[in-house]
Amino acid sequence: MRINDLLLKTVVRIVVFIILTLAIYLFFAGHYSPGGGFIGGLVIASAFVLLYLTYDLETVQKGIPVDFKVVAAIGVLLAVGTGFGSVLFGVDFLTQTAHHFNLPLVGDKELGTVMIFELGVALTVVGVVMTIITSIAEGDED
Amino acid sequence: MTIFLAICIPFLMALLVPLMYTFFPKFKIGWFVLIAPLAVLGILASYIPKIAGGQTAIYTYDWVPSLGMSITVYLDGLSMIFSLLISGVGALVILYAIHYLSSKEALHHFYCYLLLFMGAMLGVVFSDNMMVLYAFWELTSVSSFLLIAFWHHRHASRTGARKSMLITVTGGITMLIGFLLLHEMTGTFSIRKTIEQAAILYDHPLFIGALICVLIGAFTKSAQFPFHIWLPDAMEAPTPVSAYLHSATMVKAGIYIVARFTPIFAYGWTWFWLVTFVGLITLVWGSFNAVKQTDLKALLAFSTISQLGLIMSLLGMGSFAYHVQIDTSTIIYTQATFVALFHLVNHSTFKGALFMAVGIIDHEAGTRDIRRLGGLMSLMPITFTITVIGSMSMAGLPPFNGFLSKELFFSSALATASIDMTSLPSIVALVPIMAWVASIFTFIYSCILVVKTFFESPKKLPDVKIHEAPIGMLISPIILVSFVFGIFLFPNTLAKYILSPAMLSIYPQGASQEMMTPHISAWHGFNTELWMTIGVVVAGIILFKLLPKWKGIYNRLPKHLTLNGLFNRALYEAENVSSFITRLYMTGSLRQYMLFVYIVLLGVVGGYFALNDAFNFSMDNNAPIHIYEVILVGVMGAAAIAMLFVSSRVTATVLNGIIGYGLSIFFVIFRAPDLALTQLIVESVTTVLFLLCFTYLPAWKKDRLPSRTKIMNGIISVAVGMTVVAISLSVLHFNEFKTISSYFENAYELAGGKNIVNTILGDFRAFDTMLEVVVLCIASIGVYQMIRLRMKKGGDRHENK
Repeated sequence: MRINDLLLKTVVRIVVFIILTLAIYLFFAGHYSPGGGFIGGLVIASAFVLLYLTYDLETVQKGIPVDFKVVAAIGVLLAVGTGFGSVLFGVDFLTQTAHHFNLPLVGDKELGTVMIFELGVALTVVGVVMTIITSIAEGDED
Repeated sequence: MTIFLAICIPFLMALLVPLMYTFFPKFKIGWFVLIAPLAVLGILASYIPKIAGGQTAIYTYDWVPSLGMSITVYLDGLSMIFSLLISGVGALVILYAIHYLSSKEALHHFYCYLLLFMGAMLGVVFSDNMMVLYAFWELTSVSSFLLIAFWHHRHASRTGARKSMLITVTGGITMLIGFLLLHEMTGTFSIRKTIEQAAILYDHPLFIGALICVLIGAFTKSAQFPFHIWLPDAMEAPTPVSAYLHSATMVKAGIYIVARFTPIFAYGWTWFWLVTFVGLITLVWGSFNAVKQTDLKALLAFSTISQLGLIMSLLGMGSFAYHVQIDTSTIIYTQATFVALFHLVNHSTFKGALFMAVGIIDHEAGTRDIRRLGGLMSLMPITFTITVIGSMSMAGLPPFNGFLSKELFFSSALATASIDMTSLPSIVALVPIMAWVASIFTFIYSCILVVKTFFESPKKLPDVKIHEAPIGMLISPIILVSFVFGIFLFPNTLAKYILSPAMLSIYPQGASQEMMTPHISAWHGFNTELWMTIGVVVAGIILFKLLPKWKGIYNRLPKHLTLNGLFNRALYEAENVSSFITRLYMTGSLRQYMLFVYIVLLGVVGGYFALNDAFNFSMDNNAPIHIYEVILVGVMGAAAIAMLFVSSRVTATVLNGIIGYGLSIFFVIFRAPDLALTQLIVESVTTVLFLLCFTYLPAWKKDRLPSRTKIMNGIISVAVGMTVVAISLSVLHFNEFKTISSYFENAYELAGGKNIVNTILGDFRAFDTMLEVVVLCIASIGVYQMIRLRMKKGGDRHENK
């Protein structure tokens, strides 16, 4: 049973991008103002969930051909990898470091390994939420 | 450094095997895998001159310096013998396996496990740190488990694998306790440093405990009585595995431990008694039971048990030298240890050859049941020759290496029996008698192996055309039997270069290397040892001829009283008890699970606060309460109470959502935007999840619970709520633990972030976050799997197919 909800579909098509932009903002803002990897990941996941709710599984999977299990795995690898990365530089496990960079367009920015760690967290959250929701949703179709 | 490389080579190869299998499917992986043992052998060979000169090689790699853990690789005479066996027999076994296993088998798995085992075994004999040794030790158990269960579609393989795993891992954990006790006494995990302190250890109260724990580990691994029952069942493994793990290397790990720890424990008399007599009992019991076997591999398994007992008892006798002043008159006692090492090498050569020969018979004739086999001599002449040489060596007959070590074994047993009776109870007089009786049985089963398989007329041979095996399969056993003969001709070369440096490892502060190396000669006149051998042959032949007459004694012991019966009984009972206990709390009702969680929360957290008198709070310093907070609380409370009375799931979900969103408004009011945001999104996502799960849930109906249960549940819920409220009010005044807010005040200096929530997640408590991420990922894989499994329900069950 599918309801052809034109209004919802049209709105979602635009709103999803707003949500995703918000997610990216939250992710990068995380270290200084509210936000961070966990929330960023959750917001991305909720954008996808909105898509799934509005359209059906197949359509969305065609649009976003990503295996979310792999996304979760990459996230875990990144998070654990930053831990081991610091060991390679001779400091304790999971030591984070940061430096200021003068980047074109955005100016003085601080970039740290914590960003990689946060990226790992974000990817895991997206992967986990989507894996659970899609597998439950697929499971109940038959 | 290169020794460290020797451990790494098999592991690295094990990593490469799956790649080889994927990218070169046509290529025979065995030839590639063969590089590993040959490379290790080459590395070791380059060390032989140095080690033979009494030197040792050591290399330390700081693994986790902050925890004081380092991998110290230590190569001395003792580890040299074992590592040569591991790599040498390993190379021959792989060569044999290339022809033995058909290419349709899961060969990439097989070689991967085999290489894992090889690396782990090398790790065991090279490690100086006991913890590292223990890790490798358990890895050998695991890889042995995988190899025994290689043909996992067979029920017997899985049972055998489980049995060996249970027994050896239990022993391993006991050994770990022993190591921890040793650490408690000495403050070091290094074996070499422990040996330096050995002389003062033996009157420490923990000494006996450590000794027994380490011995149990060694005995389980080396299949000593009464732990030997796993070895015959392990014969379900493919024959190359039996030849390698269960006769030449893994079962000798226990021998290695005993030899390695002799300098530490031999000062205690318990060591002498336990090692000698457990070894002797195993020797007699193993050889006695080998005679009744009808499966050739089972016969060899019991024979291995008994030979391991022989080596073990020799190590026990050798430890007597620690109780006397070593000089020219008492040097005879160290000879037992020397014979143990000598027989260790000999056993690997002849037993390896025999296993391979039996594998060939099984491969070509399709059975290894001696009730069906017979008359194979003319059909398989080369296999016959190999078996005869191996069996004669095993029975201790000239001109093979088994004769030399058996004679020396007798002379060590006689020397032990003649120890001054004032210092030892006269029970030592039993030693040569037990040795002699066991040798008779050894002779009998060696006869059975040869005569029943190759001579007598065939009884019920399978209907196949039997012919000699291809040369590829014969090469390895031929090389081994040439060692059997070669060692007989030149035993003193082996003794000088390989065995004598190991004596220094076992008697570090004893006599010189030359003094402890006896000259081995095949002929030394008509002495007691020779008469004993002649007696063995005569009695053995008579008993073998009369075998049908006395075979009945094997059925005397009722089946449920055998060790196997007891083991199965214990296993059965353990399963029953654990499933009974599990059923007590795994009721399948979510409500009850919540109940358990709440009761624990009440008991532990609430109890902790109650015991510490921490439930004291005053409202004086609290911030004033505003009107919208009251309104919010009212809304949330109403939603919570209403949820108890609704009659549809959707309504309940919506009400639950009200509570969640209300909470996030609270976060906004109290200026925690991060939490508010997170709470909002989590609430939305879980609501979607809830809705998705509806189809899985049974129809909504009111439970007809007895009112007593309902009241009970009500009381617990209210109590949990009150406890949580009380705790959250009283933590404000709780000063039991050090406050952590100082970290957060300096978050920018410490973690370079101004958002403290994020610095907690990403820096201060990054370890927690990392593990949580891992747990999340595991959970999602779990959900995915369970749903996939449920979808396939009604399909085939993989277990017990």
